Amino acid sequence: MENQSEDILLVKTSETEYKYGFTTDVEQEYAEIGLSEDIVRFISAKKNEPEWMLEWRLKAYQQWLKMAEPDWAKLGFPKIDFQSIIYYAATKKKPKLNSLDEVDPEIRKTWDKLGISAMEQNKLGNVAMDFVMDSESVFTSFKEELNKKGIIFCSISEAIQEYGDLVKQYIGSVVPPRDNFYSALNSAVFSDGSFVYIPKGVRCPMELSTYFRINAENTGQFERTLIIADDDSYVSYLEGCTAPQRDENQLHAAVVELVAHDRAEIKYSTVQNWYPGDENGKGGVYNFVTKRGICQGYKSKISWTQVETGSAITWKYPSCILKGDYSIGEFYSVAVTNNYQQADTGTKMIHIGKNTRSRIVSKGISAGKSQNAYRGLVQIQPNADNSYNFSQCDSMLMGGDCGAHTFPYIEIKNQTGRVEHEASTSKIGEDQLFYCNQRGIGAEEAVHLIVNGFCKEVFKELPMEFAVEAQKLLEITLENSVG
Amino acid sequence: MLEVKNLHARIEEKEILKGLNIKVNKGEVHAIMGPNGTGKSTFASILAGKDGYEITEGEILFEGQEISEMDPAERAHLGMFLAFQYPVEIPGVSTTNFMKAAINEKRKAHGQPPIEAKAFLEMMKAKSKIVELNKEFLTRSINEGFSGGEKKRNEIFQMAMLEPKLCVLDETDSGLDIDALRIVANGVNSLRNSENAFLVITHYQRLLDYIVPDFVHIMYDGKIVKTGDKLLALELEKKGYDWVKSELAQD
Repeated sequence: MENQSEDILLVKTSETEYKYGFTTDVEQEYAEIGLSEDIVRFISAKKNEPEWMLEWRLKAYQQWLKMAEPDWAKLGFPKIDFQSIIYYAATKKKPKLNSLDEVDPEIRKTWDKLGISAMEQNKLGNVAMDFVMDSESVFTSFKEELNKKGIIFCSISEAIQEYGDLVKQYIGSVVPPRDNFYSALNSAVFSDGSFVYIPKGVRCPMELSTYFRINAENTGQFERTLIIADDDSYVSYLEGCTAPQRDENQLHAAVVELVAHDRAEIKYSTVQNWYPGDENGKGGVYNFVTKRGICQGYKSKISWTQVETGSAITWKYPSCILKGDYSIGEFYSVAVTNNYQQADTGTKMIHIGKNTRSRIVSKGISAGKSQNAYRGLVQIQPNADNSYNFSQCDSMLMGGDCGAHTFPYIEIKNQTGRVEHEASTSKIGEDQLFYCNQRGIGAEEAVHLIVNGFCKEVFKELPMEFAVEAQKLLEITLENSVG
Repeated sequence: MLEVKNLHARIEEKEILKGLNIKVNKGEVHAIMGPNGTGKSTFASILAGKDGYEITEGEILFEGQEISEMDPAERAHLGMFLAFQYPVEIPGVSTTNFMKAAINEKRKAHGQPPIEAKAFLEMMKAKSKIVELNKEFLTRSINEGFSGGEKKRNEIFQMAMLEPKLCVLDETDSGLDIDALRIVANGVNSLRNSENAFLVITHYQRLLDYIVPDFVHIMYDGKIVKTGDKLLALELEKKGYDWVKSELAQD
């Protein structure tokens, strides 16, 4: 009988290659290596920013200098030398584009390889897209069509120029620069990102999407995304990420802020596939992200869905502050780790308003020698009468060398609050595999089937095309990881 | 179709099968009976290619081909099916998706393109009637929260979908009430034809009232010790396994 034991196939895992590990050969313009007040000024000047923005950055930089790196997460990595990172890299030809034809052919090749090539395809798929490579936003499609409805979807740099008042009002309102070490760093040096404003009563007619890619060597990517949904509006936003394969670690420290006003709904989906490092744990992206949304208004709703397959280290907790009465927060997550990947991810649901509800569904899958932790806080504050949370955290292990951990923190300060927590850990069962095999479903396909079944509750929250992409990524990540 | 010659097998150091012989031709139904712990279910698992057993001697020929070294999926592609004694739950995977994957993997192995959606759905509809399986079962996670009877009906449904040549039923009657037993047995009978064969493993004669065998084998201590027609099952029912044991002791 052919021996398809886990151990043998686990070794094969290393043969699975990262599909997006190419670099794009465009002329780059860099800032000097390292971080100083001058660098902050340089970035701001490069972007021709107004004085208030520079002041804001400098203040954040001063705060960052006083802060220390947090070390509470269940993660192990060498100390980052923040002076060896380049904080700004941009393609030299500054593209001011009116149509797709004007995009640098090298960048278009990148899009082709990423499979996001033709914006025409997106037209069919009804997705408006912004593409951020390293520090600069390259292209935002569908701008005009959205403008007609009063929707603003552009790079944050452009928003600072064109919609300064809106940016000024909201930036840092959900994630203040002083919030944590990495948010302070991001606030000082953020280079680009996306900005979305949905006016009152408008339902955004298409998915808005940003594709982030780190390309240049030794650069950090610090994008900043700000989404505001005014009263009675709705928007669904998708974020995708890749990076080239490099031996050294690359730092990614983004900040995402969401604001939902009365009865507004924001759905934010991420498929994160940063380079995870090789089979020996060399290289890979450090993904240290602060994502937070505030349900400011009555009956507002924010829903985070994330599929995390990449990065050497993932450290993020997309959170909801449920301030408005009857507001709803949701968090759906699939985090997959293989080889030496580490993930410490989860959410915070802060119930402030009355009758607020939140729901957490977290699925962690660990293979190889990876470590996968769920960390979540559910807090019900004194005035949050009749609030309710349901949390479900399931972990799946493949092989005997990986780990899954669950750290739920629950703080209830109101007697009418109700919190339910369910957790499970399972191994892909030999009996499950044999059952599939006996029906003619081979080992590889059986793992896909079982894993996809395990993640189903989360995948169904994703927009259709994204769900398909997520499923494929999961399959690539876990290729050959179990027999 | 199936010929097993002098099969010896063990788990770790414990020898379970001690020289088992059986020959099954197409169009035949064979029943294997015997007391607990004689190796009946082990034999079914080894036929299907489950990991963890070591074959130390003997041969398993399927349509003349030695299959001992094949993995379970390959055997399934050749047309071997095992109805499990304890069907396995796979959360989040519907019977529909499970069957689609199984059929397409088999088709792939035979160099055929994936089945068309319409043909597949029609097939599902037709085959689910055989075991009176409700449509809603097909969209639910496979075996999750199913009753004992529903699980076994689902097994026979899958058997109908995959159209195997050799069907091994491992104590399919265990845990079934009389109605479920009738449905399952009717399902099996409707699938019988001159081109396929059945190997029915059971403790009790009861199932054989419904699925009438051409041959009955009594297994004891890792071997087939007695073979007869359906009357042997009745005799066994009446006299009990002690009868077999004492006969053996006299030899």
